[in-house]
Amino acid sequence: MRARLLDAGAWALLALLLAGPMAGLRLQTEGTGLTLVTQWRPLAVIVVLVFVFRLLQQTALPALTRLALPKPRLSGAGLARHPAVLGLLFAVAVIWPFFASRGAIDLATLALIYVMLGLGLNIVVGLAGLLDLGYVAFYAIGAYGFALLAQHAGIGFWLALPICGILAAISGILLGFPVLRLRGDYLAIVTLGFGEIVYLLLNNLDGLTGGPNGIGGIPKPTLFGLEFARRSADGPTFHEFFGLEFSSSHRVIFLYLLALVLVVITLAVIHRLRTMPVGRAWEALREDEIACRALGLNPTSIKLSAFALGATFAGFAGCFFAARQGFISPESFTFIESAIILVIVILGGMGSQAGIVLAAVFMTLLPELAREFDQYRMLLFGLGMVLMMIWRPQGLLPSRRPRLELRQ
Amino acid sequence: MTALLQVDGLSMRFGGLVAVDGVSFEVRLGEILGLIGPNGAGKTTVFNCISGFYRPTAGQVRLDGERLDREPGHRIARRGLVRTFQNIRLFENMTVLENLLVAQHDHLDTRLWSGLLATRRYRQRMRTALDNAVSWLETVDLAELADREAGTLSYGQRRRLEIARCMVQQPRLLLLDEPAAGLNPRETAELDALIVALRDKHGVSVLLIEHDMHLVMGVSDRIVVLDQGRVIAAGRPEQIRRDPAVIKAYLGEA
Repeated sequence: MRARLLDAGAWALLALLLAGPMAGLRLQTEGTGLTLVTQWRPLAVIVVLVFVFRLLQQTALPALTRLALPKPRLSGAGLARHPAVLGLLFAVAVIWPFFASRGAIDLATLALIYVMLGLGLNIVVGLAGLLDLGYVAFYAIGAYGFALLAQHAGIGFWLALPICGILAAISGILLGFPVLRLRGDYLAIVTLGFGEIVYLLLNNLDGLTGGPNGIGGIPKPTLFGLEFARRSADGPTFHEFFGLEFSSSHRVIFLYLLALVLVVITLAVIHRLRTMPVGRAWEALREDEIACRALGLNPTSIKLSAFALGATFAGFAGCFFAARQGFISPESFTFIESAIILVIVILGGMGSQAGIVLAAVFMTLLPELAREFDQYRMLLFGLGMVLMMIWRPQGLLPSRRPRLELRQ
Repeated sequence: MTALLQVDGLSMRFGGLVAVDGVSFEVRLGEILGLIGPNGAGKTTVFNCISGFYRPTAGQVRLDGERLDREPGHRIARRGLVRTFQNIRLFENMTVLENLLVAQHDHLDTRLWSGLLATRRYRQRMRTALDNAVSWLETVDLAELADREAGTLSYGQRRRLEIARCMVQQPRLLLLDEPAAGLNPRETAELDALIVALRDKHGVSVLLIEHDMHLVMGVSDRIVVLDQGRVIAAGRPEQIRRDPAVIKAYLGEA
């Protein structure tokens, strides 16, 4: 640990030397002459970032990259086998908002929220094989969780994010306990009821949730405490800190990038889960519950873990949604949302992560592109689903499981 | 020899139908016990009661003196009593190797953080489970097919995989439900050798339901005969072969 700290310190020092003249000094016109102004803060940020990055690179990253065991290897996991393609896609996703319009970035952020929801529901439906028609309830719990925490306890986005995840997970477990003994259609109906109950509660608990009027004034996420506003009472804002011209697109881009980071984390975590014992247990349970019991797997706890983890990601998505909108009302959490998320999972190909990303983007872009057909949207939507079921029931990009293989 | 499994007055009623009626027998440590009888005699029902898939209407089941008959199936499996199924139940979309890893779920580090961070403990447990899986694949002669999906295996290979999937859990008692059904004579002979090896080399006791008389008479130390839910005879294979009640109910006059 000491050696690592020293090493990271050396990196930070190097960063200080290199970045010092570029970021630490600024030329300023003063009357007729130029003067050098030292700016300490951007420099400090850079040095700290480099230090933390190096430390993480040495400690956390090796742990994260030990994906496969030395001899048996993971394979067949679709895109995950092509790190170059993945890296390129990620780079494009990071860079393009700086050249795009505000509206486009906004839409992309929404698409990313749906990606996160789709990936979360995929755990429950695609991997564990439990049909959940009330998934939007967990999304609502995340969103309202943050709104209420901010309103009553003054808790900011970053602290609220894990809390919302945990809240959603707990509600997943609470719902799961009584209903997971049900199967197939029966489970679907009960979860549908759960979604409706949450919606009705939000609509009618006027005192707590503001009823149909919703909750407004939800704080936006900050970057290490820097707000994205023209000016703020709580210290410097983003543009003041970095000495930039104020622009409202900063926040839009920041929200987009934040959503992107959340999606990437979600993708990585779920990819990993699938190769872990719990992920294999989900798939085994989907295939044959009786065999699982005969092998000593407890079906209830495995289903609960799928429910809870799926709900957690909906909680994160809800928290981010509330922070982005600044205002939430029960109308954002109706059954049709559950249906759209489920369609994303089915359209993408159950269990397939890349498919879900594609389907989520498709499902958010399509209504925008086909604005003229607004009145017929649901009709087209239904027709699309029917055709899909006839010609490509396995989804756009059918799932290829990450398999554990022995290479002799 | 001491009794590993003790079944006492086991009865199972489905509505008006009495499928198993006061069945008692025991499986001794290190023995292969055959359970035979005509179709509908209640053999599989007895299996389902012992392995926790049915809750018996009356009677007791004890493994090493501990009551099993009120426990759910997955906990019975964890106590060291595992079973195969008459119609093989594999995870067909998973590879052969993965089937064996799922079976070792309880021996792995299943905690979320251990897995996400690939802790030392997590990797060690995984390593042990993989080695165990590979060594069993070699024992049942499926090592070459480790990466194939279980659904693509032949019938005989599936049978062997199902047995390996039980054995990776290091059970004390193995319940085999008609393992020779659908096998050709050569495969049956291999199965015969495998079952004997399981007992002799791996120290597991076996309770075997089987219709193939040649196999049952060959490998069993003792045999229990069921007819219409009752035990009609119990004893060594050569006694059973000569027992008039058994001949009448099941074996038929020669």
